[in-house]
Amino acid sequence: MTTTARPGTAKVRYDEVEVGQEIPAADYPVRRVDLVRYAGASGDFNPIHWNERHAKAVGLPDVIAHGMYTMAQGGRFITDWTGDPGAVVDYGVRFSSMVVVPDDDEGATITVSGRIEEKLEDNRVIVVLTARSGGSRVLSRARAVVQLA
Amino acid sequence: MALNREFVGRAYKASSPYEVSRVKIAEFAAAIGDQNPIYHHRDAAVAAGHPDVVAPPTFPIVFTMSAAGEAFGDPDLGLDFTMVVHGEQRFEYERPVYAGDELHCTTTITEIRSVGRNEFLTLCSEVTTGGGDLVCRAYNTIVERGGAA
Repeated sequence: MTTTARPGTAKVRYDEVEVGQEIPAADYPVRRVDLVRYAGASGDFNPIHWNERHAKAVGLPDVIAHGMYTMAQGGRFITDWTGDPGAVVDYGVRFSSMVVVPDDDEGATITVSGRIEEKLEDNRVIVVLTARSGGSRVLSRARAVVQLA
Repeated sequence: MALNREFVGRAYKASSPYEVSRVKIAEFAAAIGDQNPIYHHRDAAVAAGHPDVVAPPTFPIVFTMSAAGEAFGDPDLGLDFTMVVHGEQRFEYERPVYAGDELHCTTTITEIRSVGRNEFLTLCSEVTTGGGDLVCRAYNTIVERGGAA
């Protein structure tokens, strides 16, 4: 899709980023209560995201996070970097592994990092994200096109 | 059980427009743990150059999945929703989603395929204003574990 250029309100300037530049990693905790809250806000009440008995009955190791919760943390990583959520033009992921969330006070941690893969026209860049939890890569082919200032 | 390939190409139009509210954006942002003021305070969003609070990049999942719910519930499709996990997701933005938007959504089943023992079903949701202007497209692939076995 060819999208029209829009005024850049991002805090990051296109001229100041380089291909290969790393965006420092950030940790996002996820506990059972976060999944319950996300279920309510998103309307996704699939019991694999909050009911351990059900999750195990359908062959999962335990309750798993909504893929969209993990994707949202990747989105948050990008928008925290740009400073403006309106700067995200395109954002896509593949869910490559599950984020298993045990029923304890710690829960799980999703660690997201990023790298500038390409500079495009109209002050846009492609950012590739890496997201890991419990030793596994939980997102693959995670990339965002971002409109910089 | 294999999914019914006759469903490829079927489109489902949401029965009414989705009204994006500041309250729902704030609720969703809180559920993903994001306190960015552009999600929570109109003044902050306006100061950043937006007409109203901006929805987080993954927010359209709230209303783009519901149109497909009709298809998922159709016994002729043969989908066992208890075995479904999320495979891929992408959002392509023409412009950000703002509080106050009234969005129309049409979701089309674009592909059904088998990968190993699993069934993959891909949807494309086109989100427009009442005037027909494109706001975003959401691409969603769900995986029915063991569906092709």
